[in-house]
Amino acid sequence: MAEAHPVHGEVHRHEPPSGFIRKWVFSVDHKVIGIQYWFLALFSVFIGMIMSLLMRLQLAWPTESWGFLKTLLPAAAENGTISPELYLSLVTMHGTIMVFFVLTTAPQGGFGNYFLPIQIGAADMAFPVLNMLSFWLTFVALVVMILAIFANVIDPENAAATVVGPIGGWTGYAPLSALGEIAGPGQGTGVVLWITSIAFFCVASLLGALNFITTMLNLRTRGMSLLRLPLTCWAWFTTAVLALLSFPVLLAGGVLMLFDHIGGTSFFVPAGSYVNGQLLVAKQGGSVILWQHLFWYFGHPEVYIAILPGMGLTSHILSTFARKPIFGYRAMVYAIFAIGLLGFFVWGHHMFQSGMDPNTAIVFSVITLAIGVPSAIKTFNWLGTLWGARIRFTTPMIFSIGFVSLFVSGGITGIFLGQSSVDIPLHDTYFVVGHFHLIMGVAAIFGMFAGTYFWFPKMFGKMMNETLGKIHFFITFIGVNCIFMPMHIMGIAGAPRRYSSHDGLAYLGDGFKPLTKFVSFAAFVTIGAQLIFVFNLVWSWIKGPKAGENPWEATSLEWIVPSPPPHDNFAGHEPVVHHGPYEYSVPGAEKDYTMQTDPERAASAGD
Amino acid sequence: MGTTITTDVKVKPVPTGGGPFDPGDPKDWPPGYSPDDAREPAKYRIGMWVALGSISMLFAALTSAYIFRETKPDWIAIHLPPALWMSTAAILASSLSFELARRALRRGHHPLFNRWITITTVMGLCFLLFQIMAWRDLRAQGVYVNTNPHSSFFYLLTSLHAVHLAGGLIALFAVTAAALRSRMGFRKRNVAEVTAIYWHFMDALWIYIFVLLFFL
Repeated sequence: MAEAHPVHGEVHRHEPPSGFIRKWVFSVDHKVIGIQYWFLALFSVFIGMIMSLLMRLQLAWPTESWGFLKTLLPAAAENGTISPELYLSLVTMHGTIMVFFVLTTAPQGGFGNYFLPIQIGAADMAFPVLNMLSFWLTFVALVVMILAIFANVIDPENAAATVVGPIGGWTGYAPLSALGEIAGPGQGTGVVLWITSIAFFCVASLLGALNFITTMLNLRTRGMSLLRLPLTCWAWFTTAVLALLSFPVLLAGGVLMLFDHIGGTSFFVPAGSYVNGQLLVAKQGGSVILWQHLFWYFGHPEVYIAILPGMGLTSHILSTFARKPIFGYRAMVYAIFAIGLLGFFVWGHHMFQSGMDPNTAIVFSVITLAIGVPSAIKTFNWLGTLWGARIRFTTPMIFSIGFVSLFVSGGITGIFLGQSSVDIPLHDTYFVVGHFHLIMGVAAIFGMFAGTYFWFPKMFGKMMNETLGKIHFFITFIGVNCIFMPMHIMGIAGAPRRYSSHDGLAYLGDGFKPLTKFVSFAAFVTIGAQLIFVFNLVWSWIKGPKAGENPWEATSLEWIVPSPPPHDNFAGHEPVVHHGPYEYSVPGAEKDYTMQTDPERAASAGD
Repeated sequence: MGTTITTDVKVKPVPTGGGPFDPGDPKDWPPGYSPDDAREPAKYRIGMWVALGSISMLFAALTSAYIFRETKPDWIAIHLPPALWMSTAAILASSLSFELARRALRRGHHPLFNRWITITTVMGLCFLLFQIMAWRDLRAQGVYVNTNPHSSFFYLLTSLHAVHLAGGLIALFAVTAAALRSRMGFRKRNVAEVTAIYWHFMDALWIYIFVLLFFL
């Protein structure tokens, strides 16, 4: 292939677009699209956090009447309290928005879009127009989802309803979510809007996954063999494969549920259902558990989609700031594959209490515990990377170390829940809530923070403030442990999830009230501390010190281009790669890092 | 992987090049052809196979839903509308004609390509027409989407397939229009090749759905 290239390094130049709309709105530049996804996630995470604030307010003071609630939601909170139905709709929307519009957008669509092409040495993604369509379809999905919150307002017959939007949880279990308006106010229009939004999101994600896979297979620059790719690229690639194979299953389930609502079918509604005083004669009979299978076959790979980019990024950042190659690069790649592959065979662990044969439960349980093996390999390799290193404790580094800590905390409680017998008392309790929040709501978010602090200089050309970053880290790290660790204790005691109040539960008593209040206070403080992060972002963007090309002295390809990079990334040249991505502290080298494009000074063994 | 400084190890360069995606010597490239264009056939081919993977997963999920439901005792199958035999014949014929068109294009025989691609488009339209006839036939019998589980799956699967096929038909229109206006440059040829892969997949998918709905 070397002989077939016409001019050494010269490629087709892309002229940058002109005009505000083509440059910043309907841009096909992967960098602009990445930032658009990132801001969509930032906006969504604030909506999700506000909802969690309201939930924590209700849990800590269940009987209190709040004036501002009456003003804010005159129909849904007319006596100043959050009713059980309103609480459930907050649970539903908080979960849906956070899982889809934060955890599935920013790590992959945000950072992945921005940095995958640059890290592999390409000028853009394989299909730039498709990339733009993916983002705008995700945007439309978010708009529809927000409309679903106001379903009772959209549906004039139910304007005085006491609920806000669908109440089935982000998991949307049938039959409640499949029955339509007869199940209650907001369960018709609200659920239809919710499914429509998710369906758009599925299609957008599939188009994005297609782009990622094709780009990584086809657009790598000269010398960039697969085993010279940074681990971020491997993580994005595997995440894209997971998305490609799991989102269609959710789409299938969503289409079936949509048909149940607007087509009069009964894929998920059992025959002879008696709901709110009415016998549903028109429904021919379907299966409730079918929804669970379809949802969780998607749902489990989805949580790996949420965490894998963070793992890749952690590997990348730990190596960079420990000034050491990642310990066991090949093992890390295989571990990512193993986690991705095994993730398709464990969906039943979300259905242990659905009446399944205990022998089937054992099979799912064993495979679930087996995922602990590649995860442990990754964790030990991260520790091995840090062992004996001269660590540079920058903000991205401490967030990545925090990621490892929280991944261990959250992952270990997964081992508890993965055993079908232990799951019997722990299912649907706060133990589960603590587990998935630690792993998704915190570890994955720490991955996003680490990515932001690491790549902000490259994206915006300015350095973020280190002091504010460290304050943000310490308050957040301590805060999230204060919020989510007590939940495990409450879960073991039997505190149920999705309840708007634990008052009056005889087996729980009043003993957990102080702890509940403590968790709520910790949540208020931690959420407040995120404003430090936002302030840091805005302040640094406006007044931060200018960032050079390679402020972190890192080795991958994004650090050889200006900050921010030009429209076609490498200004018309094709970078040639001679080294692996983690050549730090190479013995005999003059600097403690060797860029991937540095001239070949040695014959490398097996690289 | 670690790199150590040694200067006397002889590493033999790995010979590369050749293969179906090799763009050949730049001297032989048509005017306006750039290295980016050289990458495109492989890129579109990979993209199309990846897309077909996800479409397969969609119909796999629906298949498992179908089988899940079919095994219940209250299952009543609807009668096979005869128009479906015609639509199956039409789509099989269209795949055949598309393949003939593609080979003609490869050999650079444009008049032959034009003829076969037009026939393919017409056959594709006939497929949709026969599908519509089948739906009207069932409606006339009083079989709607909510009549019974089998009819629900029938309408669902056939309409999802038709939506995907319509997408392919739009691409086919574009290719046919370009062909008839003699605008089949190297970029349009990539589109034609990749649309062919998609079209054959839609054909195979239809056969699969047809067999699943009425013979399994």
